[in-house]
Amino acid sequence: MTMKSFPKPSDLPVPAGAEGWEEIYPYYLVFQDELKEQEDAKFWFCDSQHWPTVFKPFETIGGEFAVKCLGQYNARHLMIPNANGIDFRIHQGYLYMSPIPVPDEQIAARVSEFEARIGHYFGDWENKLAAWHTKVKGTIADMEALRFDPLPEIVPFEDMENGVGKDGSQVLLDNYDKLISLTYQNWQYHFEFLNLGYIAYLDFFNFCKEVFPNIPDQSIATMVQGVDMELFRPDDELKALALLAVELKLSELFSNTDDPAATLAAIAAAPGGERWIAQWEEAHEPWFNFTIGNGFYGHDKYWNENPEIPLGFIADYIRRVEEGAQILRPTEKLIAEKERIVEEYADLLDGETAQVFEAKRALAATAYPYVENHNFYIEHWTMGVFWRKVRELSRMLADAGVFEDPGDLLYLGRNEVRDVLFDLVTSFGIGAGEPIAAVALPKKIAKRRQIVDALKTARPAPALNTPPESITEPFTRMLWGITTEQVQSWLGNDEDAQENVLKGMAASPGTVEGVARVVMHADELGQIQPGEILVAPITAPSWGPIFGKIKATVTDIGGMMSHAAIVCREYDLPAVTGTGSASTTIKTGDRLRVDGGKGTVEILVDSPVLTGPSAHSHNHG
Amino acid sequence: MSNNEFIEFFDGGKEPTLDSLGGKGASLVTMTAAGMPVPPGFVVNTEAFRTFMHSGLSEEIAERLKGLDPEDVQAADAASAAIREMIISRPVPEELGNATREAYAQLQSRFESEVPLAVRSSATAEDLPDASFAGQQDTYLWLNGYREVADHIRACFASLYTTRAIIYRIKNQIPDEGLCMAVVVQKMVNAKSAGVAMTLDPTNGDRSKITVDASWGVGEMVVSGTVTPDNIQLDKVTLAVIHEHIGDKHAEMVPDAATNTLVERDVEEARRTVRCLSDTELAAVAQLAKRAEKHYKAPQDIEWAIDADLPEGENLLLLQARPETVHSAKTPEAKPKSTGYSSSLGFGSITASLTKISG
Repeated sequence: MTMKSFPKPSDLPVPAGAEGWEEIYPYYLVFQDELKEQEDAKFWFCDSQHWPTVFKPFETIGGEFAVKCLGQYNARHLMIPNANGIDFRIHQGYLYMSPIPVPDEQIAARVSEFEARIGHYFGDWENKLAAWHTKVKGTIADMEALRFDPLPEIVPFEDMENGVGKDGSQVLLDNYDKLISLTYQNWQYHFEFLNLGYIAYLDFFNFCKEVFPNIPDQSIATMVQGVDMELFRPDDELKALALLAVELKLSELFSNTDDPAATLAAIAAAPGGERWIAQWEEAHEPWFNFTIGNGFYGHDKYWNENPEIPLGFIADYIRRVEEGAQILRPTEKLIAEKERIVEEYADLLDGETAQVFEAKRALAATAYPYVENHNFYIEHWTMGVFWRKVRELSRMLADAGVFEDPGDLLYLGRNEVRDVLFDLVTSFGIGAGEPIAAVALPKKIAKRRQIVDALKTARPAPALNTPPESITEPFTRMLWGITTEQVQSWLGNDEDAQENVLKGMAASPGTVEGVARVVMHADELGQIQPGEILVAPITAPSWGPIFGKIKATVTDIGGMMSHAAIVCREYDLPAVTGTGSASTTIKTGDRLRVDGGKGTVEILVDSPVLTGPSAHSHNHG
Repeated sequence: MSNNEFIEFFDGGKEPTLDSLGGKGASLVTMTAAGMPVPPGFVVNTEAFRTFMHSGLSEEIAERLKGLDPEDVQAADAASAAIREMIISRPVPEELGNATREAYAQLQSRFESEVPLAVRSSATAEDLPDASFAGQQDTYLWLNGYREVADHIRACFASLYTTRAIIYRIKNQIPDEGLCMAVVVQKMVNAKSAGVAMTLDPTNGDRSKITVDASWGVGEMVVSGTVTPDNIQLDKVTLAVIHEHIGDKHAEMVPDAATNTLVERDVEEARRTVRCLSDTELAAVAQLAKRAEKHYKAPQDIEWAIDADLPEGENLLLLQARPETVHSAKTPEAKPKSTGYSSSLGFGSITASLTKISG
């Protein structure tokens, strides 16, 4: 097999208008000329699963916290024998990752620590996880309490009486620092259990692959995956609200959900509307701390701040209920099917091996659901509060004359924002009027806006530099679906490659044909027509309601345990993930045949019309 | 399909007995009831045989055999020919004739147009040493119309009186009174595609897999290896396709209506390299193999066909199920056993598992 390479970072052309893009990110996030040799020697893959679009400078916080904290649990807490953390860089706006191996000679020494540490958690999972919930919710409550009020015109006399001795600026600075540190805290907590969930899963996974050679990954996932998950609770709340609206004969009031205030007012005024509004309000905390994005971007919209989103989903559910559809997930059917699968595999094993199988499965089934459920607590709830507080701050700063537009804040890094705050409290404190930012920042921000927009015109390379002969790092394989075969197929080294057929992970079984709808961004979800096949760089589980509408899902990136895979199995929809290029190869309107059992997506060409010079450059060899 | 005194349909829902249906007939009823759809048909039971023979025929036969010297082969030949002629030409008692005619019509009503049938004897005592040559294995294929079927039911009866069978019974002093037979009447398979399925991976005995070989037409070419079939491996539990190799299926054997035989013909280009089973059909074949394994409580090697005359959903037929012998002979090892790095309980096995990721 010919081994080809991906481009080096320095080989990638900078999109026109994005020159100087390195300056918008902190120095430690970009490739360094001084480290070129080492960095070029490493294989980096793009995580467009979590970061499908270009980072604005402030948004790097999510990538930094997430990948740093993931790594610390491998390298410093759990002492995973063969895996340290994951090194990461931003290149031309996208995040690239490179797993850090443990030198062979150090592996053995880490084993006893590793076993003691996982034993600590696996031996008492439920209690430890309950404590985790308390910690995480405590952090969120502390974040909620933070306020970004305008600085007082004069120090209140009361403060002088009480001997406070401060001008109020400390509250602003402290609260900003707290917002950052509390968010960092929950990101650390995020990985306290995540890596363990994956470890338990991988252990069962490898055992299954050994006793049942070539067992489909899907079977293994099904055997440990939760059926009734907290992650699906927000969607379930919407379904319940839709059913209640139908029961109370309120359906007609959902005709224009783009005007949520009028819609909600009309419902409140209708007979039975009070009951519906009460349930609607009740669902907000915490379940509407939910985004149609993935929690990593300032533009992610959360349900509780954008009621038109959940109302639109409810309207859609109402329509389907009235068409006679069953909108509730077939939970009982899924549980029965899961039990059947477990039982039939177990029956294939003899007594002793069957016992090991069940023990490993039980551990994975206990630990693994966290991998899905934590999403609600961190990506949705914690990050929902975080971005809401950031918006409060940015509005206050715009009002104080620091920014022309509240959205400008996202074009500064989080540490640059702290400088701006000190600029503000200084100009305020000394009575100088406008902060320097008012004149110093507009040009800088305009330039950065231009750079970010220019970077967005290019899709990231799937990977950089020369891949290793085989990808063995367990988390890379599992979380990102980066396998040796996948990398080879990105490189075009796939020997079985067929024209018009994309290959990816067989993530959720079933075969369907239908019309493609390419969705590059969550804001385009509204365009999806019932019965279409969703094609996207990546999906978020929060797109829940649209999964009731579509026939199948195809993504560019993601493995068996990516969000799209999990949700599609839950919804009984075929899914092919990790195709590398579906969203750029497929056009909306193309007819597709998706085989989620084989992991193939065929673009059906009814009448192949090839005209012009490109027709002849087509290599059919 | 309704049973009566003389007829039991495979799917008639009646508990089969060896005495009434013979071994073959009883097995076809059992398999149908267990969700293993054999080509549809019915059994003309032993009561029908007795009714037929007791219409004065057995007395005449006894008369004809009286004093026959078992060493006189010529005399035995003559007796055999005479008796068989008596059986074949004897009018069927009205009641029995009506019942058979009615069963024939009911069976044919399942198809759009009249289809050829097969008639086979079904012995009640197949373990008798003479069973194999006493005509009890008779099979008549490609019978068209009721007349031919009725004639061949009597031909099966008559096969109890071959020269060899007559001599054997006289020598061993086996009285004719105990003679009995049932007859199976069954649709001839008109295979659109056919093949075999094994409830394990024949390369390593892995019992979590189902392996299917399939080609166009009847399965003979798959079994004999004269065509490269589609080879598909499925997960036994979820029926997910694990891998498939589409064979270049250059030829097929199909029934020829004109000659009532199978003829071999070339497969046109367009069908050669496409899989000869739809996803639904493939899943049905795998399910069928699974049911056979469950029913017989051992790994199976089945022959199946998709019948062109039957409606979708009912067109998969089981032609034969036999225990898989190569791997199952070593039963204890047949179940997968983990002997590798992750075989034990405890956190040590987790370490081992994590540090040795299978590529």
